[in-house]
Amino acid sequence: MKVRFDIKRYNPEVDEHPHFEKYDVELEETDRVLDGLNEIRWRIDGTFALRRSCEHGICGSDAMRINGTNRLACKTLIKDVGEDVRVEPLIGFPVVKDLVVDQERFFAHYRSVLPFLINDEPPPARERLQSPKERARFDDTTKCILCGACTTACPSAWADEKFVGPAAIVQAHRFIFDSRDRGSAERLARLSGRNGAWGCRTIFNCTRACPRGIEVTKAIAEVKRSLIMGSSEERSS
Amino acid sequence: MTGGRVTFREGLRYRGGLNMYAWALHRLTGLGVLAFLAVHIIETFFLTLGPDAYNAAISIYKSPFFKVAEIALTFAVLYHAVNGIRVTIQDFWPALWRYERAFIWASAAIFVLAFVPLAILSILPLLRGEY
Repeated sequence: MKVRFDIKRYNPEVDEHPHFEKYDVELEETDRVLDGLNEIRWRIDGTFALRRSCEHGICGSDAMRINGTNRLACKTLIKDVGEDVRVEPLIGFPVVKDLVVDQERFFAHYRSVLPFLINDEPPPARERLQSPKERARFDDTTKCILCGACTTACPSAWADEKFVGPAAIVQAHRFIFDSRDRGSAERLARLSGRNGAWGCRTIFNCTRACPRGIEVTKAIAEVKRSLIMGSSEERSS
Repeated sequence: MTGGRVTFREGLRYRGGLNMYAWALHRLTGLGVLAFLAVHIIETFFLTLGPDAYNAAISIYKSPFFKVAEIALTFAVLYHAVNGIRVTIQDFWPALWRYERAFIWASAAIFVLAFVPLAILSILPLLRGEY
């Protein structure tokens, strides 16, 4: 079937403003949007820039707006989006070229929530043990691949560059609710302001955009609850 | 690189879910209530100038325009209240996340049930030509 791609192009070295260009590509309905984009880059227009690495929904490189909604191009089938596919870069990040955006701010927010295990207790002879129940407490947020689809779907993040965004809160959640971690107080302190968890307005765009099916809004709400309750029982429940 | 600022138009073009529109209306009605508060403070200020000045000020309300504005205010206050309670409940009980859509529809139903009778009561005098 013939699929018409309408792609937002922008080359800062040549273009004054972004513009849309159309490309017709022959694809199967079981092909992915990424297959079409690769076809365009490899056989039609070599100047078209996009970012992708593993192409199997794990590396998080190819998050983009497909028909108005953030998705991973490598996990979106043509049959799910139809014969007219509009592709644009993620919004809220500066565009480097075409679909390639500068994610520096995204990763700065990610680093700000201390996304690593903090535990100064002497390490045991073997691994730090955890019960299956304790592990299940934060299982959902371990699935994040840092693609940025949630943060760039969030109106609060669009409006305020200082807001850490859903992805950073998801990463904080992954450690706050980890029974082996001892850095929760510091993380919660960093998330307690309006640039932290309270910047979230419970809009659910993040949950809808997440290509990994993470219940993002729920995770943020759990962090908010922890901020109010503040007790460790709350975190381990 | 072009800057990363998201324009109002671009934000509206993003295809979010029902919740995104519910949130946008929440902000809009919030601004509406704020506008009413400003008008209300100005009108009350006339009290300091004596009864005649105050009566003259509030007589402006007795016009078809303000009757419609009164309905808009009822809409804004009720929507903002009902939707605000919905969001608060969802924030406090994250486990209810899976009923997200049911929450939207339930709050919409409560809003309509509260708003429609009040709107009819407000508009009746206007229809009877009392303004």
